[in-house]
Amino acid sequence: MLLSCTDVRKTFGANVVLDNLSLDVAEHEVVALIGASGSGKSTLLRCVNLLTEIDDGVVRLDGEDITDPRVDPDLVRQKIGLVFQSYNLFPHMTVLDNITLAPVRVHKRPVAEARSQAMEWLSRVGLADKSGSYPDRLSGGQQQRVAIVRALVNSPRLLLLDEVTSALDPELVGEVLTMIRELKGEGMTMVLATHEMGFARQVADRVAFLDKGRVLEQGPPSQVLGDPAEARTRQFLARIIEAGRL
Amino acid sequence: MTAPHQPSRTQLERIAYRRKRAIRSTLIAAFSTAVVGLLLYLGVTGSPGWARVKSSFLDWDIAVKALTGRDNYPSILSGLWLNIRLMVICTACALALGLLIAILRTLRGPVTFPVRALATTYTYSFRGLPLIIVIYLFAFGIPGLRLQGTPSVTVLGAAAIVVTYGAYLAEVFRAGIESVHPSQVAAARSLGLSYRRTMRHVVLPQAIRRVTPPLLNDTVALQKDVGLISLAGPIDAIRAAQINQAGTANFTPYVVAGVLFVLLALPLIGVTDWVTLRAARRQNAGN
Repeated sequence: MLLSCTDVRKTFGANVVLDNLSLDVAEHEVVALIGASGSGKSTLLRCVNLLTEIDDGVVRLDGEDITDPRVDPDLVRQKIGLVFQSYNLFPHMTVLDNITLAPVRVHKRPVAEARSQAMEWLSRVGLADKSGSYPDRLSGGQQQRVAIVRALVNSPRLLLLDEVTSALDPELVGEVLTMIRELKGEGMTMVLATHEMGFARQVADRVAFLDKGRVLEQGPPSQVLGDPAEARTRQFLARIIEAGRL
Repeated sequence: MTAPHQPSRTQLERIAYRRKRAIRSTLIAAFSTAVVGLLLYLGVTGSPGWARVKSSFLDWDIAVKALTGRDNYPSILSGLWLNIRLMVICTACALALGLLIAILRTLRGPVTFPVRALATTYTYSFRGLPLIIVIYLFAFGIPGLRLQGTPSVTVLGAAAIVVTYGAYLAEVFRAGIESVHPSQVAAARSLGLSYRRTMRHVVLPQAIRRVTPPLLNDTVALQKDVGLISLAGPIDAIRAAQINQAGTANFTPYVVAGVLFVLLALPLIGVTDWVTLRAARRQNAGN
């Protein structure tokens, strides 16, 4: 297993956000996390990236316990990419500087090499002409694609995507989803929290339905989304269909 | 090809009406300004003591002599050179000190608690302490200790100004640092940047940009308060003016020094306004 979460627990005050949750992700696998707001999807991703400290349980990456306090979180994060719902690009840097910041400052790569690699990525996603622009001159879809490239240039073992299309206008969702689909084709291991059920069905190898901080049900998309075993899953999907999102 | 847009009759009427209103407003503003100016002039020059005030505050001959120095009196202009040097050095040192203290105050973790506590105590006490008292304490208290290598009174006075303004500037910097959204820190840390690199490359550049207008404003205040160093003894512009005043029993030298200080502050005030305006424009430009 590339990523293995065992009995992970996280509480905010009296609110139990992750209730002894367990989830395994194999190399090259794409797992979609679905579930209502507050079911723990984003918190799980933040815990895996060590941005949030867990209260109990173990998270292993490549067999190494990364939740051990003796582990340097900066080294772990260099192996895990995280893309945020609200892009979180650095507004005072150009697109190119956003992308090359970590390769140059963290991985100590030569500036010219980091820049040419970044330009390669930008032309791949059709944003080469935006390399000198500041993020506020870009559309939401363009910003999110830059944010994904920013995570990818560090060659992460695992990419975490936290509702990356939720803040986008409907006509901009497609360009981001196309990019994620291509990454899957290249064998990138991904865990994505999403509200796009149609997309989860297309791209995910496995869908995990989170409810009250637990994985209530998981399996192939056709089963979890098409013929769920749990009543709570059926309820959730019925509400999604009602809202026209499936 | 479509024909160029022709404004409708309604729009032409609107334009004409707005133009009429604009002319009317300008005329009213010019008239009221003239009335206020005239009243002020009559009020001041018509007052019973005007002749006396004019001769003891606005004497042209004394102004020229005090400015250039004569009869062994110090010249205000050469005193001003000391002020200018102090302004540049104190501004640079106070900004550096303020930034350092602000960064220390944002540190987390038990090891840094004493540093944090000291930094907090410093900003609390020196923002409350009047600058005059700090200058007296530094310039007269420290030499009183009779330690080896005590610097000159001028240096001690400058240190008092730096320490006092450093406390204000630290709070401005801290406000800037705290205004950067936590998601920016999360994004930087998620890329593997350490806390130090996150501060250096992501938080501080955004924070300093945001607080540049208030920082410059405090710098303008520092510039003029540099004149308080005259209380410790060195002959700066204000001290020179005071010696001239004592010798001639005329207050004109003070007015001369005051005008020079205003002239010195004008460029920086101009820069402050320009930066503030630019920041406001950028904000209004939206996404």
